[in-house]
Amino acid sequence: MIFLKLYYEFAKVGLFSIGGGLATIPFLYDLADRTAWFSHADVANMIAIAESTPGAIGVNMATYAGYTTAGVLGGIIATLGLITPAIVIITLVARILNHFMNNPYVESAFRGLRPASIALIAAAGISVAKVSLLDLDAYAETGSVSDLIVWKAVILGVLLFLGQKYFPKVHPVVFIALSAVVGIIFQFAGV
Amino acid sequence: MNELWQLFTIFAQIGAVTFGGGYAMLPILTREFVDRRHWVTDSELTDYFAIGQCTPGIIAVNVATFIGNKRKGLVGGIVATLGLVSIPIVIITIIAAFLSNFAEYALVKNAFAGIRVCVCVLIINAILRLWKKSILDAPTLIIFLVVFALSVFSSLSPILLVVAAAAVGILLRQLPGRKGGEET
Repeated sequence: MIFLKLYYEFAKVGLFSIGGGLATIPFLYDLADRTAWFSHADVANMIAIAESTPGAIGVNMATYAGYTTAGVLGGIIATLGLITPAIVIITLVARILNHFMNNPYVESAFRGLRPASIALIAAAGISVAKVSLLDLDAYAETGSVSDLIVWKAVILGVLLFLGQKYFPKVHPVVFIALSAVVGIIFQFAGV
Repeated sequence: MNELWQLFTIFAQIGAVTFGGGYAMLPILTREFVDRRHWVTDSELTDYFAIGQCTPGIIAVNVATFIGNKRKGLVGGIVATLGLVSIPIVIITIIAAFLSNFAEYALVKNAFAGIRVCVCVLIINAILRLWKKSILDAPTLIIFLVVFALSVFSSLSPILLVVAAAAVGILLRQLPGRKGGEET
């Protein structure tokens, strides 16, 4: 009953990985140790693929692991397993919130929660900026600040920012597609 | 039925263009659900992300379930989430079947290096937008700065940070001589 086992194992991953797709990684290593479904090297490969395709990383990981283990249906079932706990828990939380939203304690809790939520989003932005706007390897080698900054990426970033400011009607997807084209033409990855 | 179909198709679109984790979907969410359809408010979206960070499951999935649930209850939550994962399932299955060294191609590497720059800008814009509704006074600014510094420079769990921030929110209300909470 490989399908049942896939569903169960990925439901467990979904239940215990809190806070973003990358939180699933330690659980995937654990799964690699306990089953013959995939190896540690496969997990590293999955991370690279999940980061180079659209979609939440955790979902991509589940589909990839499920597919390599038990084909197309395996990929679907592993993903359904992954999202089941979230659907159940969030539905319950939403019910409870609806009841207590006007409670003064809940209201003031959210007053503290909102700035924290934005801070965590900003921290996630910093980690993306570190890999896309800075070249830490080149800086470690030469120690020169002009090598630390990836100038063409910074210029693209400024242009995108201005573009979104002055053309707010243009859908974000257009800017994403443009950046992909610019990245290919100007060899942003340096290959 | 019509609204369920809309939930599915919009989240399918979001799932198809969300690169680099759940945060990058924020600008598209504000555009589709706050500006165009008025299904949720900016504050509600911020709340969903806050709760999505500290409850089990992937943030993007949690937020999709929240929005779907708000419109159409349990079924809405399920439909929105299935929409979100539908396109990635297809793409990853194709890659796993035919392109096992997909991430190694120069074309893919360069394109995604470009996309990551755009993701930074999208996140900055989302923060600028949500800032006004969330950073209301000195205490909320301090909460922002402390949580930001701790999450960049320490390895503390985001769950702990979110729970602590909620507790501080409640404590601030208890301070004598403050009207706390009533002006919101």
